[in-house]
Amino acid sequence: MAEYRWPPVNQRRVIGRPVNRVDGLVKVTGRATYSSDVRRPGMLYAALLTCPYAHARVRSIDVSEAERSPGVRAVQVLAPAGTEINWAGADVAMVAAETEEQARDAVRKIKVDYEVLPHLVKEFDLSRAQAMNRAKPSGEAVTGDPDQALKEADVVFEGEYTIPVITHSCLQPHGQVVAWGEKEIEFFANTQAVSTVGADLAKALEVPAEIVHVQQHSVGGAYGSKFQAESWAAAAARLSKAAGGRPVWFHLDRRTELEVAGCRPSYRARIKIGAKKDGTITVWDSQSWATGGFTGGGLSANLLPFVFVKIPNKRFNHTAVSVNTAPARAWRAPNFPQVAFLTCAALEDLAAQMKMDPLELFLKNVQYTDRPEVYAWQLKKAAELIEWQKKWHPRGQGEKGPVKTGLGIGIGTWGGLGHAAQCRTRIHPDGTVEIELGSQDLGTGTRTVICQVAAESLGLRVGDIRLKIGDNRYPVAGASGGSTTVGGVSAATRRSTLNALDELFKRVAPSLGVSPDQLEAVDGRIRVKGDPSKSLSWKEACQKIGNSPIEAMGANDPKSPGGLISGGVGGVQMAEVRVDTETGQVRLNKLVIVQDCGMIINPKTAESQCYGAATMSICAALMEERIMDQLTGRFINAAYDFYRIASIMDVGEIVVHLDNRPEHDARGVIGLGEPPVVPTIAAISNAVANAIGVRVPEVPITPDRVLAALARRKA
Amino acid sequence: MQSFEYASPTTLQEALSLLSTQWGEVDILAGGTDLLALMKDYIHTPKRVVNIKGIKELGGIQQTSAGLRIGAIVTIRELLENELVQKEYPALIQAARGIRGMQLRNMGTIGGDLCQRPRCWYFRNGFGLLALKDGKSLIPDGENRYHAIFPQGQAYFVSASSFGPPLIALGARVKLASTGGTRELPVEQFFVAPQREGEREIALKPNEILTEILVPPAKGVRNATYEIRPDEGVNWPLVTASVALRMEGNRVASARIVMGHVGPTPVQAVKAAAWLKGKQITEAVAEEAGRRAVEGAKPLSQNGYKVQLAQVAVKRALLAAVAK
Ligand SMILES: Cc1cc2nc3c(=O)[nH]c(=O)nc-3n(C[C@H](O)[C@H](O)[C@H](O)COP(=O)(O)OP(=O)(O)OC[C@H]3O[C@@H](n4cnc5c(N)ncnc54)[C@H](O)[C@@H]3O)c2cc1C
Repeated sequence: MAEYRWPPVNQRRVIGRPVNRVDGLVKVTGRATYSSDVRRPGMLYAALLTCPYAHARVRSIDVSEAERSPGVRAVQVLAPAGTEINWAGADVAMVAAETEEQARDAVRKIKVDYEVLPHLVKEFDLSRAQAMNRAKPSGEAVTGDPDQALKEADVVFEGEYTIPVITHSCLQPHGQVVAWGEKEIEFFANTQAVSTVGADLAKALEVPAEIVHVQQHSVGGAYGSKFQAESWAAAAARLSKAAGGRPVWFHLDRRTELEVAGCRPSYRARIKIGAKKDGTITVWDSQSWATGGFTGGGLSANLLPFVFVKIPNKRFNHTAVSVNTAPARAWRAPNFPQVAFLTCAALEDLAAQMKMDPLELFLKNVQYTDRPEVYAWQLKKAAELIEWQKKWHPRGQGEKGPVKTGLGIGIGTWGGLGHAAQCRTRIHPDGTVEIELGSQDLGTGTRTVICQVAAESLGLRVGDIRLKIGDNRYPVAGASGGSTTVGGVSAATRRSTLNALDELFKRVAPSLGVSPDQLEAVDGRIRVKGDPSKSLSWKEACQKIGNSPIEAMGANDPKSPGGLISGGVGGVQMAEVRVDTETGQVRLNKLVIVQDCGMIINPKTAESQCYGAATMSICAALMEERIMDQLTGRFINAAYDFYRIASIMDVGEIVVHLDNRPEHDARGVIGLGEPPVVPTIAAISNAVANAIGVRVPEVPITPDRVLAALARRKA
Repeated sequence: MQSFEYASPTTLQEALSLLSTQWGEVDILAGGTDLLALMKDYIHTPKRVVNIKGIKELGGIQQTSAGLRIGAIVTIRELLENELVQKEYPALIQAARGIRGMQLRNMGTIGGDLCQRPRCWYFRNGFGLLALKDGKSLIPDGENRYHAIFPQGQAYFVSASSFGPPLIALGARVKLASTGGTRELPVEQFFVAPQREGEREIALKPNEILTEILVPPAKGVRNATYEIRPDEGVNWPLVTASVALRMEGNRVASARIVMGHVGPTPVQAVKAAAWLKGKQITEAVAEEAGRRAVEGAKPLSQNGYKVQLAQVAVKRALLAAVAK
């Protein structure tokens, strides 16, 4: 029996190295295929008709002219007469034609008569939402005695903060190619759930799950918005069937992608915190409301206050507002960036009111976190990297000129325990090593870390591993969500490769005249422990396998993770911004990220996750916002001219310090996809407050909001 | 995008003969950086598209006795790299630098920049340039953070061209050709505020091609553009200001101040410019000129901040113009 442990740090040869991505070359040379690149013989193209109204009922729909339009092979009505539509951009009908242009032309010939109904698309006017019966209290949670604690507090701070809905903005819009043939449904997906999305489609189509064959190479971003098979895949499959099994290509256009294919809830919160003179927080009291689209927007009580969960007296009160927009989806660390902003902004404002250094206030209160020592260490490390001692000044007391700089802190946490996953390793008599998992690489480096783990176990190089993922006929692996992939696939791969190696040792041992447990695989050789002169090359060793390859499975089970993985990480970020107080323009000078994530398989891809995550939150802090127009009911900036996201010039300097001290390494692998997205908005918002002397209570921090905050301060 | 007939003539006369007297029938294609987006969104659905990039006489930048002649199909990149422009017209170079996308600079033309359609999101979402509903504009009660602080009638959108303001400040003219001949207009008359839905925001007629831009010599004219942008990306300015100062010694003999993204046309600050006459540009004078430039602004519910931005842009443009 193999021992499933990671090799000690000093014996790792591949793990822990900044290996380049194994699929880097095909990506940068444009040879990687995404579902939108798939071309099949006889393929048709589909186009979607969506509803232009935020709330409407379909009185009638007439597709006859579309059916007669040139090139059209099939039409599917998705919102038949009588359907109530609850958001603009919702599916109405889909057309498949010989070319994409013909499909789009045909869609415009569909005649729909709508009864337009009253809509609500803005969530922050609570009385209006209540009047329309759209506000649902989701209860109150109380710990200790918050009212008494507020009375007894030496200082009470009260503030209100707002963070809007933003979208996932996947570079590659949602969509797929699907072919409903006689025996099987071929599904060229665009998903973060290769092993389950087929069954999801099968359910929608009411066919047996086993007939759906999912394949995928690369995905252009997902961030939590690509778990389901989607109505578009089901509709395209039906079009394919109606067209005699011809494959159907469909992807959303950018406007619809932004409107319906993923967004995260907004929040507004009124927060009261009480503290002792020395900065120790004694009470938290928050009232919040939010929307996650038509289905409302819940927030569980244990999310506020964030990280400082053990504050002794707490009240949490939340209202979910239903608006006529598409439902929210999981967005990279669902809810955490928002609650990190709400919590850290309130803490920083409390410090400013008390004329206290916020770093001191955060340190004072780490006692209320689950991991006081870790946060204290990370706060100090981040402070050192951003030169807090040298650069921090009391709020608003920086430079004299119009351009002011400031520093701010954000703090975060996440789980990231590896998901259930299975891996199959085959060692062929010719020495080839095949690894199979029904997993996916969303651009996060999953392929690379699997190859590193396999190479480490087998004493080979990354390039020696033939990795196969992205197919639901491979062993089942979990969906990529919750930062669970790296833990899941690396533990499963470790077990599977060690099991295969055990078998290889058994077959090789006789020829080296030792027992199997005396063998080790190092540097492309199978050798006798302590006697490296007795060895065989990998190829020679594999010739002893016989005719049929060695095949071994390995699984990760999050319920009994063993020593290979664990969950729970913390992170601290500090930002330095400069603000032009005449124009309200904010620019990020520097962002420091200190983050623990257990054992690091590949520091390069790990750092990349930090850069990418922070960049997303820089967008949210400074530019990104879904703007709903109550007059037309439309997401009025659903295009990249005014739905603003960062360019390389907006990102500033990002310094990543991965906290991999021995105690973290010892915890095994923990996911990192989401954690670094959490603290950034808070850090930037706090830095702006520190720079200009007043809180800009709403993100993104745009020039209009900065100038308004400055004007309020003067008044 | 709707299917269309495509023509790629090589002479101006041929191109002109392919145009229509009605808007909506034919669109001129230069770099296509705006037109293609408009067509994909079905905001423009021309039956014919006439590519003018193959017409040699529309290209090139030349020094003439009357100043600089810039052909309509000169790209933003060519303009940026041109030494004649670099030498005398910092206001144009600074405006061009604001257009940050390399692809835009390589494909986008100066003629296309002047003729591009406004970015108003109601317009781009298919609600019309004036966004009228029952005869009344949606914009005052709608989402108007990027809209005009100097609206004209029902026109609340803002003119998008980054080159409009500096060209007006520099006293430039455009040449417009049709099969009937050519005419010239000062650039300030090229931009117009439409009164009715369906009217254009430029004086170009549907059967005309903008062939060239004539910029008077600017030797001794201190000129600059200052843009305030929300971020550093490929994006639109919130407000811009261009200034041109004819100096006598270190005092202003005459001035032009033009603000961009504040009205449906570039907006000239005539009174502020007149006030500058005889003054030396100091920080305090520039600030006061900025204040005077925004007098009479009528901000909407969400765009009051643009008044301050315009004020600062004018101040900073003036200071940039006289900086060594
Ligand atoms: C993301 C983004 C950001 C941008 N930022 C800026 C910015 O900051 N500042 C700025 O000024 N611009 C900006 N632009 C606009 C860009 O500069 C223009 O799209 C470009 O200059 C248009 O030139 P073109 O040659 O591509 O025009 P086209 O797209 O080919 O044409 C645009 C319009 O002008 C008409 N037209 C073109 N040439 C002529 C002619 N010679 N005579 C008559 N009509 C003509 C066309 O029929 C069409 O209606 C931005 C564009 C994008 C997409």
